[in-house]
Amino acid sequence: MQQSKGRPRTAGAGQESSAERLDGHGREPTEDAGHLRYDDPWYDALASGWGESAGAGEPVPAVVAAARREDESRGAAADVYLEVQRSAAFQEVRRRYRRFVVPACVAFFAWYVGYVVAATTAPELMARPVAGAVNVAMAAGLGQFATTFLLTWAYARHARLRRDRAALELRWDTQELTRGVDGGAS
Amino acid sequence: MTGEHQTLALLLFSAFVAVTLGITTWVSRNRRGSAEEFYAGGRLFSPMENGFAIAGDYMSAASFLGVTGLIALFGYDGLLYVVGFLVAWLVVLFLVAELVRNCGRFTMADVVAARMRERPVRIAAGTSSVTVSVLYLVAQMVGAGSLVALLLGGTSEAARDWTVIGVGALMVIYVSLGGMRATTWIQIVKAVLLLGGTVVLTALVLVRFHGDLDRLLLTAAERSGHGEAFLAPGLKYGGDWTARFDFISLGLALVLGTAGLPHILSRFYTVPTARAARRSVVWAVGLIGGFYLMTIVLGFGAAAILGPDAVRGSNAAGNTAVPLLALDLGGGAGSTGGTVLFAIVAAVAFATILAVVAGITLASSASVAHDLYASLRRRGGKPRSEVAVARVAAVGVGVVAIALGLLARDLNVAFLVGLAFAVAASANLPVLLYSLFWRGFTTRGAVWAVYGGLVPAVVLVVLSPVVSGSPDSLFPGVDLQYFPLQNPGIVSIPLGFLAGWLGTVTSAEVPDEARHAETEVRSLTGAGAA
Repeated sequence: MQQSKGRPRTAGAGQESSAERLDGHGREPTEDAGHLRYDDPWYDALASGWGESAGAGEPVPAVVAAARREDESRGAAADVYLEVQRSAAFQEVRRRYRRFVVPACVAFFAWYVGYVVAATTAPELMARPVAGAVNVAMAAGLGQFATTFLLTWAYARHARLRRDRAALELRWDTQELTRGVDGGAS
Repeated sequence: MTGEHQTLALLLFSAFVAVTLGITTWVSRNRRGSAEEFYAGGRLFSPMENGFAIAGDYMSAASFLGVTGLIALFGYDGLLYVVGFLVAWLVVLFLVAELVRNCGRFTMADVVAARMRERPVRIAAGTSSVTVSVLYLVAQMVGAGSLVALLLGGTSEAARDWTVIGVGALMVIYVSLGGMRATTWIQIVKAVLLLGGTVVLTALVLVRFHGDLDRLLLTAAERSGHGEAFLAPGLKYGGDWTARFDFISLGLALVLGTAGLPHILSRFYTVPTARAARRSVVWAVGLIGGFYLMTIVLGFGAAAILGPDAVRGSNAAGNTAVPLLALDLGGGAGSTGGTVLFAIVAAVAFATILAVVAGITLASSASVAHDLYASLRRRGGKPRSEVAVARVAAVGVGVVAIALGLLARDLNVAFLVGLAFAVAASANLPVLLYSLFWRGFTTRGAVWAVYGGLVPAVVLVVLSPVVSGSPDSLFPGVDLQYFPLQNPGIVSIPLGFLAGWLGTVTSAEVPDEARHAETEVRSLTGAGAA
């Protein structure tokens, strides 16, 4: 499954340090450290024709193997995921994700439902003129467009600066741990 | 319409078909038939390419023809659709895109089944995905039908039927030969064409009104015969409480349905990482938002320039407002400019329909082969045959969609899409969100969530005025109407969530901590992502 994608970190970083690294990342990457030093080979936009042969030698049974992994290695790999889930680094990533997404979802959903309900139950209010031919309804509709664009931008920025780097490190660490467990077979 | 129109439009459309068939053969020249290749295009598209492809998948005939028609006929009430279509992307961006990319391989069922007993969950999720896809396909087929009816003079039933059949046949060829890679390129080409066409038309509308949007709106209001009321909500959905609830129901379905559309979810697997999935959604939001802003101008422009009577005269549901507008903007019937513009718009609309149809067919054939067939077949079959099954499934889905499309030809396209969204929001979204975010979710909860949303949604549609009991229903002669609303969302979406919760709390199964941990870690970090 993780063929080439785990490569960047396999070289120097050994098993011994990965557990510490998980915890050591309680101190987060700072805002600006962010996107310059990615190890991720997929980080940049790829031309879509690139790597035509990447999957040529790929074992097709992965389709099945991924979903129904053998029970023995499953148990050990499961421990890895539990361990990572309990690590401070992961909890920090999850906290950051939720602290943005939960309020943002509540806000836009309330604003949208409020808009729809107002449009159906309070047409007089919505028909009140604001400027020229533009009435409250029109302004609110365009407001929905504006908030959608704004929230999209804010989310992308938040994820890029506050989450991406930590998540990527966790990804390599986790993959290394599971690989150790599976004996490199996954 | 005149012969000139027809010839030119058919010529342009044939050019599009030729180009896309060329793409299909070119990308499949050295295909190896792996599942990765067929369902996900090798996962190597860039965020920008995928963003265009998502926009192409999403900006369907429903938006280009249906929504503009609704705005031209009902003013502000048509605009409410557009808002729902766009805001829905926040749900996709925040809760679904990255996590689904990280957890799944090809379909939505992958995400859900990872935590559960695989077989029942896969069958449930596969069934609902196919249902949603077929409903969505019907809408596109109806759009193709009304377009050609306009092009060929409005009365030729046979021509209309043959177009629907032709569109269906073409999409089956695209999908079964080219898989995801060809489908994606078709979406990209189509998105560029559609956006280009929309920009030109919008510019012409604005030029006609000397850039004065106020005058555009006032003229539209005046010509509509409704005055100021045209610019405020209430013309279509403002009557009795049934209509109002119907609208709230539709609003919920639109905003929650997008995140459950199988052909949108499968687009996230065509990029290498979750980060790329996010960036493609950002691209898509920009493109789709810009497009919808322009359709608002086009809709009010059609009302102001043509007047609702002309729009209604051509197609009662308003599906042909944009081509008529193009004819007028180019200089009117008989002029060269009008002919050319009309032909271009008609060809773009065809291309739109064809591309969306290909995207949905691919997604549903993936559900059939990867979820349903893979779960139902006997163990030990060769995995390679899954792609072969998907190719056959594409044909089957095509046939069903063609048949239903011929049946439903007189309904508004945007409205039909609203139904597909309602089913997606009821059957797919609850199970997806529960399995991504709820630690205690169990297999029974997952199965109940799917069927608990799917069955009420479909049954309520069957019992609604859409199918029977009113003059514009599918079967006006029969009366099975027991449910007053046209859109079932307001009832069936909560039922889907409720059923998932109920199934979970009543099941004896102990939720698997470790597999929840795996889903959570994988979804947020991308560890082990395919």
